[in-house]
Amino acid sequence: MQKKLSEFKIGERGTIVKVVGEGKVRRRLFDMGVTPGAEVLMRKKAPLGDPLEINIRSYELTLRKDEASCITLEVIDEKL
Amino acid sequence: MKSFDKNELMIIAKPKKFALVGNPNCGKTTLFNNLTGSTAHTGNWPGVTVDRREGEYKKCPETVTIVDLPGIYSLSPYTPEEVVSRNFILDEKPDCIINIIDATNLERNLYLTTQIMEIDVPVIIALNMIDEVKKSGDTIDAAVLEKKIGVPVVAISALKGEGTTELMDRAYEIAGQKRDGFTVLEQSKLSHLINDVAIALKGQDIENPLFHAVKLVESDELEVAAHKPLLGMIDNFKSTFQDDIFGVDFEALIADGRYKYISKNYSTALTRNSKTDKSKLTKSDKIDRVLTHRIWGIPMFLLILFAIFHLVFSENFLFIGAALGKDWVSLPGTAFEGVFGAGGINSPGAILQGLMEVLMTWITDGVASLLVNSPAWVTGLLCDGILGGLSAVLSFIPQILLLLMLFSILEDTGYMARVAFILDRILRRFGLSGRAFMPMIMGFGCSVPAMINTRTLADENERVATVRVIPFFSCGAKLPILTAISGGIVMSFGIGNADIITYSMYVVGIVTAILAVVLMKTTTMKGDAAPFIMELPNYRLPQFKSLMLLMWDKAKHFIQKAFTIILASTIIIWFVSHFSFDWKFLEDSQMNNSILAGFGKLIQPLFTPLGFGSQLNEWGWVFIVSAITGLIAKENVVATFGTLAACIGANVVGGADGIAETALMIQASGITIPALIAFIAFNMITIPCMAAVATAKAEMPNKKKFKWTLVFWICTSYIVGTIIYLVGSWWWTIFIVLAVMALVVAGIIIYNTKAKIFKFKNKKDKK
Repeated sequence: MQKKLSEFKIGERGTIVKVVGEGKVRRRLFDMGVTPGAEVLMRKKAPLGDPLEINIRSYELTLRKDEASCITLEVIDEKL
Repeated sequence: MKSFDKNELMIIAKPKKFALVGNPNCGKTTLFNNLTGSTAHTGNWPGVTVDRREGEYKKCPETVTIVDLPGIYSLSPYTPEEVVSRNFILDEKPDCIINIIDATNLERNLYLTTQIMEIDVPVIIALNMIDEVKKSGDTIDAAVLEKKIGVPVVAISALKGEGTTELMDRAYEIAGQKRDGFTVLEQSKLSHLINDVAIALKGQDIENPLFHAVKLVESDELEVAAHKPLLGMIDNFKSTFQDDIFGVDFEALIADGRYKYISKNYSTALTRNSKTDKSKLTKSDKIDRVLTHRIWGIPMFLLILFAIFHLVFSENFLFIGAALGKDWVSLPGTAFEGVFGAGGINSPGAILQGLMEVLMTWITDGVASLLVNSPAWVTGLLCDGILGGLSAVLSFIPQILLLLMLFSILEDTGYMARVAFILDRILRRFGLSGRAFMPMIMGFGCSVPAMINTRTLADENERVATVRVIPFFSCGAKLPILTAISGGIVMSFGIGNADIITYSMYVVGIVTAILAVVLMKTTTMKGDAAPFIMELPNYRLPQFKSLMLLMWDKAKHFIQKAFTIILASTIIIWFVSHFSFDWKFLEDSQMNNSILAGFGKLIQPLFTPLGFGSQLNEWGWVFIVSAITGLIAKENVVATFGTLAACIGANVVGGADGIAETALMIQASGITIPALIAFIAFNMITIPCMAAVATAKAEMPNKKKFKWTLVFWICTSYIVGTIIYLVGSWWWTIFIVLAVMALVVAGIIIYNTKAKIFKFKNKKDKK
């Protein structure tokens, strides 16, 4: 199942499939290691629900929901 | 050929230059401090170095210049830091690049390395924080990494100074040697295109052809503008190219190619300890569970903030004053009366400030006793003018430094990045990011450290906007203005509640700040808000040495300012307030005949819309004069009331709070309540004290922005003062004010939409 990073629940994992968005934002995401194939863990949400904190390439990254909605992932089913 | 010879000569003549390049927060500045013994400031916050800095390393056979570049994740052209670093490497041609890598975060750090490798310059890799990797039970084989990457790799700990000598020795060996760029994209589908473009660039005698070729294939803005003729080549290739996942999105393809290569080839040097459970929470995770908790996150933040202000400014430390049976601390009759507290116990910050004041009084008295036989104006100039002005400014140093130190500790530990995370949502409404919150809150204490703290803001526009509104968060020195005048209002008119007036003035300041930011963001500082994509560093213990270096650096800087710009302005204001137009020296009690008073009378009509202009009688100018003396330090506003009250001749027996003097001024000038409120607002919002002005100048990116900042302060305070006076005097004027505001808003909206349509049309036309 595929969905956007902004729709992930805390504790969910996924593999990045696609990164869209305006040039500057997309480039920044790439530079921070948010590229197709990378595995992401939704770590937590800020007290007001936004921004989000994710774990990627074994470090913690924070980004806003707006930017997270540019990222599509394949959900990793933990039960398997 | 001629130019080549010239270059060679320059290399011989100049000392060798090594550049430190690496991700933000990877220990670059710590290594820089370690190598050069410099006082450059480090913090556990991504992006502390904004400009580049230089220092000297003396343990190589010849002295080497070390350049610390801002931390970057990539050599793309989107942030000022990236452009600064990129231009430095390409244009100033360092003899060697020391690429620092945070060993605890190998993959992402090596991404930048793959880009640096494409430039034809000697590179050495410093594998930093190797001790932390060992602690976690993992191992990284530097030798394997060196073999795979093809440049020297040295494991170091910048914090402990381990491995740095070996690093520098090996860097010195390879410095100045020729190295041809290498790209990890060689095996990718784009290698043919990159090679062809590189050959074409080489044919044009362009330096670093490989680097430019890769960037051009990525459609990097700067490269596209510089090498238009080659774009056809890339477009041709694009028309025949198809990738299953990426299509013809070369930018994504290249970023992906770099990461794939890294995980396939370089990550093999890292062996994870099989015993450490990956799902187990690290120390940082555990701390984060409390500090960024969904419910407790914000209360925890407020508590920490309160604790800091309490520690620095409180005069009833830990609220134990009431518990004391007897007054142990006020020490009446001694030189230290009130230093340690009066009633309550002073906080460490307030005690330090008190001690500083005692010291300054002692110096002033000493100088005065030496000058008993000198003319009155000499004593006046030295004691009241110079020493008085200096002590007003210097007595704040302990509190400024303490406040700065506590906030630096929060920064070094990594908590500040979390504060940005927690508060981003609230600040985004006003076009700022979560990082802007801290400097603004610090403004309630003192504008000086608050402005220094804006360095942590990544976006230049955001930085300028924040520095400009920081004075609106009324600082500690402006509080006496609030209490004295609101006290005076209550005393003279017998209405109102002084505390409510004081609190509402704070609110006026905050509202003005918010409106001003929104206004700037929609007019002069338009442009996309910087994306908030930020690394949350692991929590670390603050380093004592780095903190002390910072304190020392800032104290030095501040004292330098105190003895130059602040001293000069103090002397000027003293002269104009103690000499008459016919160049005769005046006692304090004759200040009403001074040049300054004359000047005040002259410009007084300008302040008519604010209520303290021509409509006042004979003594109306005192408000203008005290606002001017307030430019040295805001305490002077009330102090000047005191001095001028003596000129009126009445025998005021006022307390230290200046309320009685203010009440006298109110009577003498016939000023109204709305005009007094407008006067407070004007002083709060207008040009801050000289110390803050000097700091703002240092933090602004250029002189033009600084000049506009001064204009901005004057205009904003004038407008806010006018609105308060008008609406306060004639309530119906609120409709006029609202109508004007609506017109301004409508004007901005219309202008912005027009600009957008115009932009859109332009784009269409081009196509």
